[in-house]
Amino acid sequence: MTSLSTKQKVLWGLVAIVVLLYTLWPLASILFTSFKSSSDVTSGTFLPPHWVGDNYASLFAGAAKSLFLPALRNSIGISLIATAIAVVLATFCAYAIARLDFPGKRLVLNTALGVSIFPIISLTTPLFNLWRRVGLYDTWPGLIIPYLSLTLPISIYTLAAYFQQIPWDLERAAQVDGATNWQAFSKVIVPLAAPGVFTTAIIAFFIAWNDFVYGISLTSTSAARPVPAALAFFTGASQFEEPTGAIAAAAIVVTIPIVIVVLLFQRQIVSGLTQGAVKG
Amino acid sequence: MSTAVDTAAPAARTSRRVVTERARGERRLGWTLAGPAFIVMVAVTIYPILQAIYDSLFNYRLTAPGERRFVGLANYGVVLSDHVFWRDLGVTALITVVTVAVELVLGFLLALVMNNAIRGLKGWLRTVILIPYGTITVVSAFAWFYMFDINSGYVNKWFAWLPGIGPSFDWFGSTGPALFVIMASEIWKTTPFISLLLLSGLAQVPSELTEAAKVDGATWWERMSRVILPNMRAAIMVAVLFRALDAFRIFDNIFIMTNGAYGTEALSLLAYRTSIGRLEIGLGSAVSVILFLLVILISVIAIKGFRVDLAGRGVK
Repeated sequence: MTSLSTKQKVLWGLVAIVVLLYTLWPLASILFTSFKSSSDVTSGTFLPPHWVGDNYASLFAGAAKSLFLPALRNSIGISLIATAIAVVLATFCAYAIARLDFPGKRLVLNTALGVSIFPIISLTTPLFNLWRRVGLYDTWPGLIIPYLSLTLPISIYTLAAYFQQIPWDLERAAQVDGATNWQAFSKVIVPLAAPGVFTTAIIAFFIAWNDFVYGISLTSTSAARPVPAALAFFTGASQFEEPTGAIAAAAIVVTIPIVIVVLLFQRQIVSGLTQGAVKG
Repeated sequence: MSTAVDTAAPAARTSRRVVTERARGERRLGWTLAGPAFIVMVAVTIYPILQAIYDSLFNYRLTAPGERRFVGLANYGVVLSDHVFWRDLGVTALITVVTVAVELVLGFLLALVMNNAIRGLKGWLRTVILIPYGTITVVSAFAWFYMFDINSGYVNKWFAWLPGIGPSFDWFGSTGPALFVIMASEIWKTTPFISLLLLSGLAQVPSELTEAAKVDGATWWERMSRVILPNMRAAIMVAVLFRALDAFRIFDNIFIMTNGAYGTEALSLLAYRTSIGRLEIGLGSAVSVILFLLVILISVIAIKGFRVDLAGRGVK
């Protein structure tokens, strides 16, 4: 690398600022809204005229607590379970795809692709009906099962792409040394595959965490309603005020973990996203 | 989806029976490992869509479940002859075309920036670009809504110098402006995904080709249009198809901002409103099935017509 001229430095500095504004502006906007008091919400300013923490207090200890905390618990629990199930199933499946020769391999991959482009609203009507009949409406399993349609396909092809890059000779060497297929898989391949599995889990979790359609269609109370759906039906502390501040605060609370994960694992997320889509 | 798996080391072909034995074992293990995932995927999608097809053949309201009766394809007739359906199809198509086109340009610019960025900046750029991708769509919808909303927004104040915009301008009170904000939020959230796909496409353009073009005195524009873009065709096609199908299902941000009022209703909202809002299961199922068929149609046209190779084989 040649050292940069001042002109280049300034140019790249400007580019960085433009990209930063693009990516953070809407979030900064809602962040500042969340610090406005209920009388300042309509101030029409970008920054709050008076900084107050009332909205956050109301979420965790005040009037909005009974709406927000159960939703947060539902979102975390349901997304984690749906991610875990999908990643376990996808790990076995992707191993078979990357490693073994069996008829129907293309069928499995094409199914994964087909499911990932499925218009999920088309599934909600029949599920809504069926869940009410079998008692899964407004329950955790009633959301976890359909969430698999979101998390499983992407997990399969992201992992299949990762598994095709693993040096399989090591496994063969283990087999030559007398390990069974299963031992070779669990002792040699699992440690090699762990980073890919971890990345896949992050991406799958993002997708489950983001769900809105299933959340509003298949739940009706705080028993299972996840945060995005709860936000849409939010009534704030008062029945007679727009709950703008409380919604903004809740939106920021659920965005914080995403930002932290992105900051910690950006490299893995980028490689996972592009692998799954381009090669997967 | 390349499954360019290196076939296992040629098995010792001393005896044929050993090979078939081994192949059979591999086959069994393959389905044992891949089977559960396959069955779950089929169960959570194929079963409900079959149920939707079945329900769409009945006149079926949850408010009067006793009156359920078989009507054949009449529900489809009702949907397809209703102007609301065609208006919503138009809205969905418009949103899809506009957002994908804008995202392709924006995403390509971002990809170029990331591709050529100086070393210290590269990782940092990729980090900030992932933040919109990870943001919940509903959060993005609220952020944009509060920005433009007549009560809580500041856009009207900031842009009051523009003709037609003032403190009393309601962005969500008419079709055009409302669609503008809806599309802006959609573009903001999903451009990073496209730009990352295009970035990896850029990385796959053989550098000796661009170098050779440079040596031959090609301008930047010529290198772009004659060398880089043709070599990225496959990556661009995959990105466009994925995003188009994604945009076609748009739901969350419209629901939050306008709930489909003022002619901003997309097909997904129509399906939701009919079955879960009005409990018209028969009609709602017909809308759902039509939406499903449209998605298949778009995919088939893209794969056959534009030869988009989703198997990624085109990406050499």
